[in-house]
Amino acid sequence: MTSIGTGYDLSASTYSPDGRIFQVEYANKAVENSGTAIGIKCKDGVVLAVEKLIHSKLLVPGANRRIQTVDRHIGLATAGLLADGRHISNRAREEASNHRDFYHAPPTLKALADRLGLYVQAYTLYSSVRPFGISTILAGVDKSGPSLYVVEPSGVFYGYNGAAVGKGRQLAKTELEKLKLAELSTREAVFEAARIIYLVHDDAKEKDFELEMSWIGDETKGLHVPVPKDLLDEADAKAKAALETFE
Amino acid sequence: MEHIDFQKLKTGEVNLGTSIMAVQFDKGVVIGADSRTTTGSYIANRVTDKLTHVHDRVYCCRSGSAADTQAVADIVHFYLQMYAQQTGAPPPVHTAAALFQKLCYENKDGLSAGIIVAGWDKEVGPSVYNIPLGGGLFRQPWSIGGSGSTYVYGYCDATYKEGWNEAQTVEFVQNTLSLAMARDGSSGGVIRMCVITEEGVERKFVPGNKLPKFWEGAEVLGKPVSLATASGPAPMAVEPL
Amino acid sequence: MDHFPTSWGRPRNDAIDAYGTYPIAQRPYNGPKDAFSEGVQHTQQPIVTGTSVLAIKFKDGVMMAADNLASYGSLARFKDVQRLYPVGTHTVIGAGGDMSDFQYIQSMLDELMIDEFCAQDGHTLGPAEIHEYLAQVMYARRSKMNPLWNALLVGGVKDGKSFLAFVDLLGTTYTASTLATGYGAHIAQPLLRSAVETHEHELTEAQARQIIDDSMKVLFYRDARSINKYQVATITAAGSSISDSITLETTWDFAEGIRGYGAQTE
Repeated sequence: MTSIGTGYDLSASTYSPDGRIFQVEYANKAVENSGTAIGIKCKDGVVLAVEKLIHSKLLVPGANRRIQTVDRHIGLATAGLLADGRHISNRAREEASNHRDFYHAPPTLKALADRLGLYVQAYTLYSSVRPFGISTILAGVDKSGPSLYVVEPSGVFYGYNGAAVGKGRQLAKTELEKLKLAELSTREAVFEAARIIYLVHDDAKEKDFELEMSWIGDETKGLHVPVPKDLLDEADAKAKAALETFE
Repeated sequence: MEHIDFQKLKTGEVNLGTSIMAVQFDKGVVIGADSRTTTGSYIANRVTDKLTHVHDRVYCCRSGSAADTQAVADIVHFYLQMYAQQTGAPPPVHTAAALFQKLCYENKDGLSAGIIVAGWDKEVGPSVYNIPLGGGLFRQPWSIGGSGSTYVYGYCDATYKEGWNEAQTVEFVQNTLSLAMARDGSSGGVIRMCVITEEGVERKFVPGNKLPKFWEGAEVLGKPVSLATASGPAPMAVEPL
Repeated sequence: MDHFPTSWGRPRNDAIDAYGTYPIAQRPYNGPKDAFSEGVQHTQQPIVTGTSVLAIKFKDGVMMAADNLASYGSLARFKDVQRLYPVGTHTVIGAGGDMSDFQYIQSMLDELMIDEFCAQDGHTLGPAEIHEYLAQVMYARRSKMNPLWNALLVGGVKDGKSFLAFVDLLGTTYTASTLATGYGAHIAQPLLRSAVETHEHELTEAQARQIIDDSMKVLFYRDARSINKYQVATITAAGSSISDSITLETTWDFAEGIRGYGAQTE
């Protein structure tokens, strides 16, 4: 970041001489500072998991969700600014609803990622706005089966088999790469996701965290819903135990 | 309040007082239409093409106002091109039908359009959708429409069977349209048909002088004889004395 | 000049259809026109229509029935249409009137239920909320002189309470233990009342079904826009289910010996 302080980082509508948009890169920093979020696409569905950092013991458990439902068959997890995440999920719901209204059919994940990508990108064009400080993991099951996308602050989006964003993404990605995703069931993926979130959580540096998980697939009859409490508790306990043997 | 007649055309409007139909079979759909366009009782066009391309494997049959249905078909054609470019895949028939339905429903006050949408897609194969006057959407294995259709509901109910092949389906469409054209003054001319399958769209044509013939009213009672030749000039009857 | 006999010469009295043509052909009017006299016309007319819907309360919940016909005037145009629609797990709505407007209502409620689902707040809409929502929509639309041309029944069970209510194109609402729309309100409602009222908490599902079946049969005999195929929705605490199409068993044998219309015996 050689050009810091040279005035090219004050607006998203100004390039630096070497062709970068610093505001977008700063937005990525906001994502990197956030608790990790991961998505696992497996043979019969998709699982989302979030390491929700608790910044105050006074918060009600379960408050400030970072996983949202966009449509019956689509969910989304964000890493970065919490409020931006809620804004983007509202937009995603609107897009999904418009698609349903226009085509009399539920949107595919690709169609939704495409629309969200366009929306996020528009916030990299003007001096009057700031880019979104979030990366969004979109998860769902559509007519082509389970799918998983990540939309970045620049507006680009990619499809993934396993995705990780936020603070612990590097370690999470190496863990995801070890999994045989095509053979994994969603139920198994719930345990893997919990384990990875616990693994990447930095106990020394970070405060407490809450494990937040949702899934969608054959198990949920194609609906995006939070992982049921008993299964979540089981996965949580198992992840904690695995961590102790790991260390 | 004065009764509002929905089917009434605007003054001078060109009408597709029509016979149209679409039938699905195992590998695709057969769609067909007559070729008559009228203004009142004048035939404005006797060789009209009422089978309208909206995408590679999706066509519609138009009935009602020519202007309205052409405008609607053009808009849907545009949307479907956009859909294909954006998704990288041809649109499902249901998507096309939903777009027609939306336009017809939301503008029901201003449109007189009865449209049949038919085609083939890779998700469900062949399908036929009917969008009648009010803008409802109904999927059917076979569908008939236009003014001529009212004369042939009985024929279709009695004749249609599931599991026909392409040739049988074409014959059914051809016969139904002939019967409708023979009884409906607002239908006539030639029969145009399209067979839409995964492979492509094949046009078929039956000229107006080679239509399948059915009962025409002469056989049972004998040909009507001209009064002049039968009786000749007769002397004035005289009261008998 | 056209092919309508009424246009060939001027009949002495416009009110008399001298040539027996139907509909009476309108002769063209060539006088001055006021382009705005009709204003914006919304108040339409139903085109593709469904007939009656019936519903009753019974011991465990609500039972609703509607036949499978969508008519086009007197033409029986679509014979396999479902006029009962589940909304969430607690509610079923049934519609008579314009079928395109009913399809619009279905997608509207579908969107509403998705919005509620997305909130993930542990709440779901029950029959009472859905009925209230519909009543507000129906009244708002009639106030814009652009009504949704339907008569709807809303039935369901939630939190141990069964609910059954009516709403129509004007936004009129009422509730009762037996309800019927359209022809059913004239023909079936008296039958339903005598069979159900005061017994709502004793009637078993089988008994309720019998009452519904009998009423649908009478409606088929007397409603010229009905068909002998119908579906029955049952909503209990366990959820809602809509049956496959049922074909009515009907009786006509007694007619064989009927002769003439009075004294005739041959």
